[in-house]
Amino acid sequence: MIKTTGLTKKFGKHVSLDNVNIEFKKNESIALMGANGAGKTTLVRSLLGYYHPDAGEVLINGLNPVKERVKVLENISFVPQLPPPIKLSISELMQYVSVSAHIDRELITHYANEMKLDIKANLNKSFFKLSGGMKQKLLIAISLAKKSDIIIYDEPTANLDPKARDDFYRLLKQNEDEKVLLFVTHRLEEVKDLVNRQVYMDLGKVVSDERVGAHHE
Amino acid sequence: MSNLLLIAYLDLKESIRAKWFLVYSLVFGGMIALFFIAGVTESQVMGFSGLSRLLLMYIQVTIVILPIFILITTVRSISGDRDNHILEYMLSFPISLKQYYWGKIIGRFITVYLPVLFAMIIAIVYGFSKGAAIPWDIFFLYTGLLFALSSAFLGIAFFISSFVKSSEVALGIAFFIWIALLAFIDIALISLMMQQRMNEELIIFLAMINPMEIFRVAAISLFDPELTVMGPVAFYILDSMSQGVFVLVSIAYPVLLGMLFAFFGFVIFKKKDLV
Repeated sequence: MIKTTGLTKKFGKHVSLDNVNIEFKKNESIALMGANGAGKTTLVRSLLGYYHPDAGEVLINGLNPVKERVKVLENISFVPQLPPPIKLSISELMQYVSVSAHIDRELITHYANEMKLDIKANLNKSFFKLSGGMKQKLLIAISLAKKSDIIIYDEPTANLDPKARDDFYRLLKQNEDEKVLLFVTHRLEEVKDLVNRQVYMDLGKVVSDERVGAHHE
Repeated sequence: MSNLLLIAYLDLKESIRAKWFLVYSLVFGGMIALFFIAGVTESQVMGFSGLSRLLLMYIQVTIVILPIFILITTVRSISGDRDNHILEYMLSFPISLKQYYWGKIIGRFITVYLPVLFAMIIAIVYGFSKGAAIPWDIFFLYTGLLFALSSAFLGIAFFISSFVKSSEVALGIAFFIWIALLAFIDIALISLMMQQRMNEELIIFLAMINPMEIFRVAAISLFDPELTVMGPVAFYILDSMSQGVFVLVSIAYPVLLGMLFAFFGFVIFKKKDLV
């Protein structure tokens, strides 16, 4: 599903990704780890087609995410580390995602309810005025409702309390079949039960890539 | 709803709720109200009176403040979204960059154009209710000129927004452009002429490429076809083309300029890293 070949990305003189060759296949749940500045976020952003690589390429289901961004992004759900200060109301944000990505609004409400977030009571509230946890829950609900083949979470539980984390993991387990789940995380223990592959990055390179547990296998 | 209209619609809704939009609308609406309160319609200066006089004053003030309002509020639209990671999330949905960029421009154009237009309409309606004669020719000319000026500065603002790394730099560049264009309306042009270090054609050319100067000359040309109240550049302009042609140029040129800048902005937006 995801394949990078010789992927290199530089910012000025700093090499953020250094000849990264990696492949993520269906039914893999990956914990992507590494110190700050290891290149995790750059890799994720390259998969989403935000960066033009200096060398090498990224292919998502055989497509280049920069040139074919619409087709590629139809199959990717993404939740960033920190929910951005979007000024749209929840209702408008739902309109944005449902029109652009054909997401069923009822399904967003369903997953939000599962995450103990009452969307209907907050529909006209600005997204950025919600608490950190509520924002994260809504973005997670949207990501699940999108029914993508590839789900990318960048520290998804950073703002969630223990109960909400349990809800999140339960929902993920129900929705992980036939997908690629990519977690960018510093806390392996939190996603340990969900992942079957651990990838470590350092200084822009993949330094360790191991399969773990019997999950999915 | 297409993605383009969706982006435009949501940007419009978001802008209308923003504080800057409230200030922006109050400034232009308030200006008209102030003119009525101050009795501008009853005054007569250089032969202009009534609503014509009011519209002339409105346009004279607008020429200075509209560009900076548009630049300041728009220049951060993409660079600001990039700064605070909104772009990172919003562009993770299957929306083409073309739809996103042009949708934002359409939404923002409506936001900046409608208040200045409404202010004029309010003036016309209020003036009519008071029994003043309505100068339709001036009203339609100004509608077109404001459209053109808004297009030009919106295009410039989106161009800046597409390549700057932070919104502070974007604001700095916007302010510099405004000051430079404002200076080349009169002060800089007159000093260049007085110094006589440049030939006149070059000075005229500098004036003609400045959308603010074009706007200013065209705005006055209906009242004062000889342009006696204006500086030497205006005089030269009408010497080289008829008033009708000049009015057309004064609307078409800024619109084209804005579209050109917006297009270059899009090319940069597409070629650069998005976040």
